[in-house]
Amino acid sequence: MVMLAETVDVQDRSLRAARVTQGLALALVVAGLASIGSGATGVSLFDMLDGLTAREALILWDIRLPRLAMGALVGAALAVSGALMQGLFRNPLADPGIVGVGAGAGLGAVLAIVLGGLLPATLSAWIGPQLVPFAAFLGGWAATLALYRLASRGGSVSVATMLLAGIALGALAGAVTGVLVYMADDRQLRDLTFWGMGSLAGASWAKITASLPLIVPVLALSPLLARGLNALALGEAQARHIGIDTERLKRITILGVAASAGAAVAIAGGIGFIGIVVPHLLRLATGPNHRFLLPNAALLGASLLVLADIFARTLLAPAELPIGIVTALVGAPVFLWILLQRRGIGGM
Amino acid sequence: MIRPSLASLHLGLIAGLGVAALATFALADTPKPRIVSLGGSVTETVVALGAGDLLVGRDSTSNYPESVLALPDVGYIRALSPEGVLSLTPDLILSEEGAGPVEAVAVLQAGGIPFVTMPGSFSAQGVLDKITSVAAALNLEAEGAALADKTAAGFAKAATRADAVTAPQSVLFVISLQGGRVMAGGEGSSAAGIIALAGGVNAVSGFEGYKQITDEAVIAAAPDVILMMDRGGDLALSAKDVQATPALAATPAAKAGRIIRMDGMLLLGFGPRTPNAALALNAALYGG
Repeated sequence: MVMLAETVDVQDRSLRAARVTQGLALALVVAGLASIGSGATGVSLFDMLDGLTAREALILWDIRLPRLAMGALVGAALAVSGALMQGLFRNPLADPGIVGVGAGAGLGAVLAIVLGGLLPATLSAWIGPQLVPFAAFLGGWAATLALYRLASRGGSVSVATMLLAGIALGALAGAVTGVLVYMADDRQLRDLTFWGMGSLAGASWAKITASLPLIVPVLALSPLLARGLNALALGEAQARHIGIDTERLKRITILGVAASAGAAVAIAGGIGFIGIVVPHLLRLATGPNHRFLLPNAALLGASLLVLADIFARTLLAPAELPIGIVTALVGAPVFLWILLQRRGIGGM
Repeated sequence: MIRPSLASLHLGLIAGLGVAALATFALADTPKPRIVSLGGSVTETVVALGAGDLLVGRDSTSNYPESVLALPDVGYIRALSPEGVLSLTPDLILSEEGAGPVEAVAVLQAGGIPFVTMPGSFSAQGVLDKITSVAAALNLEAEGAALADKTAAGFAKAATRADAVTAPQSVLFVISLQGGRVMAGGEGSSAAGIIALAGGVNAVSGFEGYKQITDEAVIAAAPDVILMMDRGGDLALSAKDVQATPALAATPAAKAGRIIRMDGMLLLGFGPRTPNAALALNAALYGG
């Protein structure tokens, strides 16, 4: 489906991909500067250049920089996870949600929001306000492991079984979530709604430190999977013939996605469309080769989420819009546009 | 991710102590402090204390009195944007319990802005405690004492009326009727609080807060009176909606046409106007 029928000059393509990478790196720098220089208080980059007042230091170090760092991390994690999943499942609609990360994390978050008050006092004092992200991460991780187990038989993982079991597990998680939503009081309901729409408003260095070791290694090492994923695009049997250890590839990819997307969803809530739209946009620009796709996805995902966050926190200032609404409002039309583009060049 | 954070400790301390001293200290050197108020009942109390002109921002649940609607809205109290609040350059932030996210509150505290959380419960004592705490934070103890006395007198009057009730009416509070399903106020809800203050009995029990209840539970509750919010516009529930819901239409309340509608914020706000709400509901229930 992502394969192009026409023959392509490989050299030309990699040159173009390198240029796209440079452009995206530049875009990330620009988006980052714009993010640091904008916000409800109106403090601009120039205000900060001539020395920081105590107030400007607070705005820079405690508000804007953590948001920028978290936005970039989460955006990159979601986009790379999306690209990995689409490669592994050989399905253009796959996103991190397909391995149960979304449903599991959602269930974990809802459990923590609704039943968190029932925890023993010592435990809740220890875990404090990080209960929801922690539970979301555990939920996402547990769901992925369960799916992986369900789909494993005799040392090999059936990708199709995993896909179908994911739908069943999603339905189950949805039903349990429904029961909990019924039990929730008014305030918990509003918390649930806001969690589902995603936000970077809770950005803090603590959250970034906690998610960094889960996200950065996956971003940095994902290009090592490129050769395997490229081979897998030909089909699982073909990839094995080329000498790819497909079982190992599947295992590493799934665990990597569970770690990075799980951490991203845990700290930022439900942010949609980055995982689907970013890889598709890049395939239009530089083709399906994962060697370029994965690093470019990290850069573009980070830039887009940082940009979306600028809108989220300035459009309604002093209030702010949940960022998931921004990504969906922009992402859905872009996704449709991509579909039309591809129809134009001869169908999927 | 799982360490007990300093922010939560701060929050606990501040909630626990009410730290009025801190606020007073900060206000001493500003002639006209700028105040952001979070939570409808706190905003109402600030205005009732005569400090409404000090307000520079409010949250989305603060909608009474009408004058505060002109203030910048910093969003929902549980989803605050730290920079949004900072952009109003407040000297003091007054809040109901449960403001969030915790990280946003921690940043505001790190910025040296006193963030004072007010106690509150759905009872007469809860309202009086809130008035005293808000007044202390604003350094308006005299005005606070006067308002607390006036409010306490109102509660006493309402209590006298409530005690005089010989045959308490059972009241079903219906917060919404989505798709014909009744969502009612249960134990510990603000609706249960105001019904008790007015000398009524909550018709339903056995669940906390606001929940959807089954048609049979509505019929079994057999309320004498149905109480609803008068929100105006499309959200308002009318007597027609009640008669159109089979379970409600079968209750003694609907058969006798005893449907009371009151302003939602007045009824459920638990601020300085609550004695008036209790008296008004009492009058609607028992005449007088």
